[in-house]
Amino acid sequence: MTHVLEADGLTRSFGGRRAVHGVTLELDAGECLALFGPNGAGKTTLLRLLAGLLKPTAGTARINGQLLRGDATARAQVGFISHQSMLYGALTVRENVELAARLYGVREPTAAAAQALSEMRVLDRAESAVRALSRGLQQRVSIARAMVHRPRVLLLDEPYAGLDPLGAATLTEMLARLRGDGATLVLVTHNIAEGLDVATQAAVMHRGRVVRRERREELDVGSYADAYRELVGGVT
Amino acid sequence: MKPSLLLSAWFIARKDLAIEFRTRTAFLAVLVFAVLGIATFYFAWDATAVAAIDLAPGVLWVIFTFSGLLSLQRSFGVELADRAMDALLLAPIDREAIFLGKALANLLFVAGILVVTVPSVALLYNLPLGRTLPILFAIALIAAIGLVAVGTLFSAMAANTRLAELLLPMLSLPFFVPIVYGAAQTTSMLLAGRPVAEAWPFMKILIAFDLVFLTACTLTFPYILEE
Amino acid sequence: MTTRALPDDADAASPASMGAASRPLFDWLFGVAVLAMVAAFVRAVYFTPIEALQGAAQKIYYVHVSAALSAYLALGIVALMSIVYLWLRDERADRLAESAGEVALVFLTAVLTTGPLWGKPIWGTWWTWDARLTLTLFLWFLTAGYLVLRGAVDDPSMRARYSAVIGILAALLIPFIHLSVYLFNTLHPKPILLKPDKPSMPNEMVVTFVGFFIACALLCVALIRARYRYGVARDVVRAMDAAEEGGE
Repeated sequence: MTHVLEADGLTRSFGGRRAVHGVTLELDAGECLALFGPNGAGKTTLLRLLAGLLKPTAGTARINGQLLRGDATARAQVGFISHQSMLYGALTVRENVELAARLYGVREPTAAAAQALSEMRVLDRAESAVRALSRGLQQRVSIARAMVHRPRVLLLDEPYAGLDPLGAATLTEMLARLRGDGATLVLVTHNIAEGLDVATQAAVMHRGRVVRRERREELDVGSYADAYRELVGGVT
Repeated sequence: MKPSLLLSAWFIARKDLAIEFRTRTAFLAVLVFAVLGIATFYFAWDATAVAAIDLAPGVLWVIFTFSGLLSLQRSFGVELADRAMDALLLAPIDREAIFLGKALANLLFVAGILVVTVPSVALLYNLPLGRTLPILFAIALIAAIGLVAVGTLFSAMAANTRLAELLLPMLSLPFFVPIVYGAAQTTSMLLAGRPVAEAWPFMKILIAFDLVFLTACTLTFPYILEE
Repeated sequence: MTTRALPDDADAASPASMGAASRPLFDWLFGVAVLAMVAAFVRAVYFTPIEALQGAAQKIYYVHVSAALSAYLALGIVALMSIVYLWLRDERADRLAESAGEVALVFLTAVLTTGPLWGKPIWGTWWTWDARLTLTLFLWFLTAGYLVLRGAVDDPSMRARYSAVIGILAALLIPFIHLSVYLFNTLHPKPILLKPDKPSMPNEMVVTFVGFFIACALLCVALIRARYRYGVARDVVRAMDAAEEGGE
């Protein structure tokens, strides 16, 4: 059977150095994978592969059975939130999100942008230039940009970084709602408690490989952080 | 669902022009550079030895090429600053649309420079432009298409390398030789009052260049983006 | 870091490229090419008559034309391998393009040096914007730009893609430059050897030229081959370093 998000033997090298090595995953609708791992473990590279931004050296990534690379319809179902805001500083908040809506062929881009901005509670800053916003507000706009086309798969690379408590609460609330609507999430984070809170699956990456993966109900939340530290050699 | 090639290209071009309009400094700086270049050439000119009509086409096209390079230099800077380029790559649009959108914005930018430089050269070098002005603009636009096609592709490439500021002119200038040659020859013929038909062989070079390189650059651009 | 461990299943170090390490140090092809060059020089200088009109300067012709043809050969390889790379994504095509590009620059430099040396006594000027000289000058610029670009990109696959695109576009540009310059009047002597009727050079000179050309082409191929082998060895070492760094 086909899963919503499926990676099979996904591998990516940069000039002989393997950043991601033979990663296999499958996630269904409404599932959330929390991905942990030390810096340089390959988490960001894996997300960029799943988003179709990187071409795999070997293996495949599929969304609903469609190969991600070169397939616009598969790409249209993905939303990606990265470390970088992916916003144009000189444009206003509204212009940035509306541009995204138009490029995704959203039917009413203006209304969709306003909706996404109000969900992230930044609608009142819609006419400000992105450059003039604080890091945390930019992150909220960036999340709104990634969700304006209502993706079925959302990839989040440390989305909590830079958010204030209100922003973080808004994001958590939003992720829960998205999952309720049947979206599939992959969440990269350094905060184990935060990650396990929303996850249905948890995985640990180390040196390009997924070294541990289990369903939320199979793991012991209390000892997970210690087990993780042991696995990756004491560094988090 | 997915917007058409030309529509998505237009969205991208419009976004670039909005950014340009918001900041404005780049455009004004390039304009000042162009007029300054034209004025500087004046002081290297011996008016008793070379007639203005012989010098001006060369000045116009050399300055135009260099200010074109300056304006292309910044084209992909905005995309790389906060990796906004990734958002374009994630969107369900063709890679070719990104190229055409960036190239269209660059073309309008360069056309804006032409609107100022052509009259400036005419004014500062006392050229009898008059009726040739519209056709001169038409040739300038034909020349600009080829320049922008190659320049946009190379700018995307150079932006991702070390030596970006050096590499763009180094790669582009050999490609601009047929453009400068064709445009300058046509301009001198027009200024000398010769019929347009006589300049046709040179215009053919320009048009062929546009067709070949607009196609080739659009088709090879996806290879530049792929990671 | 003491010894380098071989990567267990390194994809960059294929069995074919690993063989490079065990190759003998002596490059027989290069040896043959150098001997052929020496022989060709000796024949050109001592055993070929001096041309009546141009005098001894005419002998530069042998080097100049042979080097030009060899440079075109190398550049043809660059253009062809650029297309092959974008088509098959085989890193060997990229390495061959890289090697041929470097060798082409050497031969183009020889052409641009010998050209003026011949031009001064014969045409009375070091440089002239004649069609073929100008084309060679621009080929030199393009090749130099190509190599600078290669040096400015770190990621191997990005470097290969970028340089392949430049290689293809440069090949498309050449007719335009040629056409542009050709519309100027050209001074360059028309090809003497390739006339449809009988060659107008005496037989002895033809033999010298053909010999020189074969030696030059041989040297060109030997240099590309040696440079390619260096590239293989370098990439193997890099793959080992990367594997070590990645903790594999």
